[in-house]
Amino acid sequence: MTQFLSLLLNGISLGAMYALIALGFVIIFKASEVVSFTHGSLLLLGAYSIARLSEPLGFLLAALVGIAITAVAAFVIERVIINRLRGAAVISLAIVTIGVDIILLTELIRRIGSDILNVPHPWAGGSVRVGDVGISENRLIAIAVAAVLIGLFFAAFKYSNWGIAMRASAEDGETAALMGIKQGRVSALAWVVAGVLAAVAALFLVGSPTPGVSPSTYAVALRAFPAAILGGLDSTGGALVGGLLIGIAEAMAAGYQDQLLFLGRGFSAVVPFIVMIAVLMFRPSGLFGTKELTRV
Amino acid sequence: MLSIDKLHVTYGGAVQAVRGVSMEVPDGEVVAVLGSNGAGKTTLLRAISGTLRLHRGRIDSGSVRFGETELGSRDPAQTVRMGLVQVPEGRRIFGRLTVEENLRAGGMGSRDKAAKARAQDRVYDLFPVLRERSSQRGALLSGGEQQMLAIGRALMASPKLLLLDEPSLGLAPRIIGQIGEVIAEINRQGTSVLLVEQNATMALGVAHLAYVLDVGEVSLSGDARELARTDEVQRLYLGHDADGADGAPRRRATSGRKLSRWTQ
Repeated sequence: MTQFLSLLLNGISLGAMYALIALGFVIIFKASEVVSFTHGSLLLLGAYSIARLSEPLGFLLAALVGIAITAVAAFVIERVIINRLRGAAVISLAIVTIGVDIILLTELIRRIGSDILNVPHPWAGGSVRVGDVGISENRLIAIAVAAVLIGLFFAAFKYSNWGIAMRASAEDGETAALMGIKQGRVSALAWVVAGVLAAVAALFLVGSPTPGVSPSTYAVALRAFPAAILGGLDSTGGALVGGLLIGIAEAMAAGYQDQLLFLGRGFSAVVPFIVMIAVLMFRPSGLFGTKELTRV
Repeated sequence: MLSIDKLHVTYGGAVQAVRGVSMEVPDGEVVAVLGSNGAGKTTLLRAISGTLRLHRGRIDSGSVRFGETELGSRDPAQTVRMGLVQVPEGRRIFGRLTVEENLRAGGMGSRDKAAKARAQDRVYDLFPVLRERSSQRGALLSGGEQQMLAIGRALMASPKLLLLDEPSLGLAPRIIGQIGEVIAEINRQGTSVLLVEQNATMALGVAHLAYVLDVGEVSLSGDARELARTDEVQRLYLGHDADGADGAPRRRATSGRKLSRWTQ
């Protein structure tokens, strides 16, 4: 039971990070009609910037600047490439984002080289125990920060002008334009928010118990894609649920891997994808997605 | 106020939708544009509101001017800020947003909070039912209420000129009558209206001036009441047979269209 609770808590923490990444993925899809595969390299860019800047700037400033760099990178990708291709087929846009991702990723990997960069979190490698249930401080803080960010995000999405403009243009872009809503601005802002969320996720994902920033940090974003998809690509609530589901499933599979040994070692890495396929078999548009995803 | 001069619009570089149309919307008046499907009515509105590009359409020649400003190259957001707001055909309300959120979306083009608050009061006064349903999702409204919401949403931007694309579409005759009254009331409050319609009875009832579009060209224009009395409009758009009264044999309508469905 203790092990179960502990794994659950760790799964929630991991899932909260997936949810941050998946939320960005979903709002980009809603605002720009792009399935954006740039998230992996944006995540790595965030982690890399924070780690590299920690030395000269100190942790806090490095975190802020790193998040800003990632947001600006997302903004530039939207302005320079995606905005100009507005109206292109969803498939070609998706492939364009894969191209951007590969370029950015290659450069980052070259810069990282064979180093493992560390982010010197002030909370370091300590852990907290509640009764018998233990979790690393890093993971616990991650849950708290994610909860605040996700709460802010949903409040903004529901009540702010940006949220309404975003939902209106996602539902009917032409009519939103007729109302004077600037889709370019809505879309650019969605990318900036997605960049911030990815960088925040990166900040915690490279902390304990994971060892530092390495090219494999990139793979974390790949596991957030199934979170977005199984929640329903156009549902922000779905991204949250999907993220948590994937995080918990992955943590469980890793924790009980001795019992799951017949499936092979390292099974937990593929669990997100198995969960996604299983969900999509029964609900092809995801748990909360609208049936008709492509808008005409 | 709005003047269109020898406007030519094509889609995809090939299909001519509007050919040499000229028309005027004087300040403070309601102008009706009549015409059947494919006459170029919606294209005309797209040329005004700046949404042609979204449909791969292009102004080939001619001009659309609002006051002193040429509209040809403006984007929709700029057009809204200048005071021209369109209520699209088929209402196109945001079904997943609440009534209140729909109205807020309509006011998104301006930053003036006081003006938006006034506009919202005006909308709720015009359509009390929207106030009652302000927290409901748009999709749950009836057709007539959705049309009211679509008009109210456009009024949130405090337009000088309201462009209405077939507000009677798919509505019951009684509701169409109400929409006509609302248009007259909006106009009384000082907003000019360009009303594109297939329902000639309603349109000519509220309009001061009217134009008849036929396959992309203006075939008739003039004072709305006089126009309503002409044989052609009577026969083609109001469903009366001009020759039927004296018992003479019916001539085939020149265009071959039977227009009973335009009658209410």
